[in-house]
Amino acid sequence: MRKILIIGATSAIAQAVAHRYAQQGHALFLTGRDPERVATIAADLRVRGAVQVESATLDANQIETHQTVLDHAITAMGSIDTVLIAHGVLNDQQTCQASVEDTLDAFQTNALSAIALLTLLANYMEHNAIKGTLAVISSVAGDRGRQSNYVYGAAKAAKSTFLAGLRNRLHSAGIHVLTIKPGFVDTPMTAHLKKGLLWAQPDDVAAGIVKSIEKRRDCVYLPGFWWLIMTIIRAIPESLFKRLTL
Amino acid sequence: MTQRYQSWGRYPKASHQIQTIQWPEDLPNDLTKQIHGALPFGNGRSYGDCCLNDGGLLLDGRFRNRLLAFDAHSGILRCEAGVLLADILELMTPRGWFPAVTPGTKLLTVGGAIANDVHGKNHHRTGSFGDHVHRIGLLRSDGQQLICSPDENTDLFRATIGGIGLTGYILWAEFSLRPISNPYFDMETIRYGNVEDFFQLSSESDQDYEYTLAWLDCQGRGKNLGRGLFMRGNHAPFIPQAQWPKHASRQLNMPIDPPFTLINGLTLKAFNTLYYYKQIRRSQCACVHYDSFFYPLDAIDNWNRIYGPKGFFQYQCVLPQESGQDGIKEILKGIARSGQGSFLGVLKVFGDRQSPGLLSFPRPGSTLALDFPNRGKKTLTLLERFDTIVREAGGAVYIAKDARMSPSSFRHFYPQWQTFKSFVDPGFSSSFWRRVTEESS
Repeated sequence: MRKILIIGATSAIAQAVAHRYAQQGHALFLTGRDPERVATIAADLRVRGAVQVESATLDANQIETHQTVLDHAITAMGSIDTVLIAHGVLNDQQTCQASVEDTLDAFQTNALSAIALLTLLANYMEHNAIKGTLAVISSVAGDRGRQSNYVYGAAKAAKSTFLAGLRNRLHSAGIHVLTIKPGFVDTPMTAHLKKGLLWAQPDDVAAGIVKSIEKRRDCVYLPGFWWLIMTIIRAIPESLFKRLTL
Repeated sequence: MTQRYQSWGRYPKASHQIQTIQWPEDLPNDLTKQIHGALPFGNGRSYGDCCLNDGGLLLDGRFRNRLLAFDAHSGILRCEAGVLLADILELMTPRGWFPAVTPGTKLLTVGGAIANDVHGKNHHRTGSFGDHVHRIGLLRSDGQQLICSPDENTDLFRATIGGIGLTGYILWAEFSLRPISNPYFDMETIRYGNVEDFFQLSSESDQDYEYTLAWLDCQGRGKNLGRGLFMRGNHAPFIPQAQWPKHASRQLNMPIDPPFTLINGLTLKAFNTLYYYKQIRRSQCACVHYDSFFYPLDAIDNWNRIYGPKGFFQYQCVLPQESGQDGIKEILKGIARSGQGSFLGVLKVFGDRQSPGLLSFPRPGSTLALDFPNRGKKTLTLLERFDTIVREAGGAVYIAKDARMSPSSFRHFYPQWQTFKSFVDPGFSSSFWRRVTEESS
């Protein structure tokens, strides 16, 4: 049985992952900003068959509260061996371009808060010799900066690079670090965007995440075809890429 | 990706603004100012326009898919309205619980099951879905959250069951499941010769069988009029799990829109004749999984595409006991005369009970469901003719399947609509509702 900590439990992808783990009878600790919503999700996971569901209120941007919440989670669960970091915000590129504050806020939410949590969690697992999993939702947007969303993309790139380093560091300790790069996912976060053929459902992405945790993969594109798309996008020479409208 | 915000019959076409409702706070607070108001949208399994709000707002509740509480002693489940029946089946059948009522698809939401007060093969025993609902959490456009039950807000509770989404946004509902010992059914399929035989079989079977239904071969004429296969079944008694029959779920897909309907005189005749004679013996017994017993069509994703881009009409009516037999014969003769065959004909005798909802469809009598490719005026004229037969017989047409009944027919079939109107949320509306109420009669 896994003891799973989910940061950003109200995200649609996190909920879909939690459904699957609950149905398999694992134990979960949820965090999110809104206690009422987190409580609703906790109730759902109990009905679905989770052996234990605990929760705490956490705004990941309040970095000074991280240690307290993590200590609480570890005490409540006995230990934590699987972590899913799923919180994030799809910030508006235009707003960020016009405002230093908004750009830094986006970085705070999409990169720095996760980096802070991962630092604590990595040390916790290493010190306690837990050969667990740190799974983090990054994005295909982090693979290359594009004019339409480079603030979001740059924050996700920071996350991905941080994870690559962490994976390298923790490999010898037997700790699995998983970088998850979803493409377009049809969630409330993206409700305002026009949907096309490339869009995936949160439940399909969740299935990929659960499988990748099981198989201890390093970095996955979800759905898998994004690997091909991003390989092509990364291969375009910068001298040409800068002229494209992407 | 197929277009999500359409009805199952893919007629009429409609365009919408979409608002995703994941939490009660997501409901826009100025709905009464919205042109055409708002309408909750579940999973688009109703056939006509009662799930559409052309030119207005749709409130998409698919992310309200959380189960809130389950009492393993009483079998009472409380869940959000966007939960699919398929999810409940997946989770609850292994624990020995089954929906008290299920229609012929499991891909509908709990909200949709309540809003259309759906029924199934066991109506003669257990009534409609609404009969098993204990409480509903309703969000009105003024922001009020009301609990509706047989004890609280009783009238609004009755209006919301079968209320086609117009009384407010159903946030959650509490309803009973029924205990089962396994996910299997003992089913008997009997080939029968005509309408009289059907009624004979039905009255013999309804006592001993919880689930009964007939599939009709609409090609039958003369003394074969109404011939078909009568299916009757019960939940299988205890079988040790090691001896459960094999169940391989195979999912097919209709991946493309054919440029025209694939249902025509030739394919219909071939299919119906083959199906009618598919079993050699007159009667055949089998122990089958609930997927094959209830949801054979769910095994083909997007089966509705077979009718091509113009879509199709489903026609379901109920005729009172006394006039039922004649009315059904008349409709079947009408199909034969028109040369517009129906691919799927279904016949069932309802139980003798009052439905729980103000606008509920089930009522004592027999119900006939048919579907027709949309051939424009020709098809509309035929269905209009059926409406006349149903009106004269004192029956009704099912709103969840309808895309074309006239305002005057609607008022005739549902004389209580005036009472219902007073419970409609001022911020809510639908294509169906405007169609049947806005014209002067």
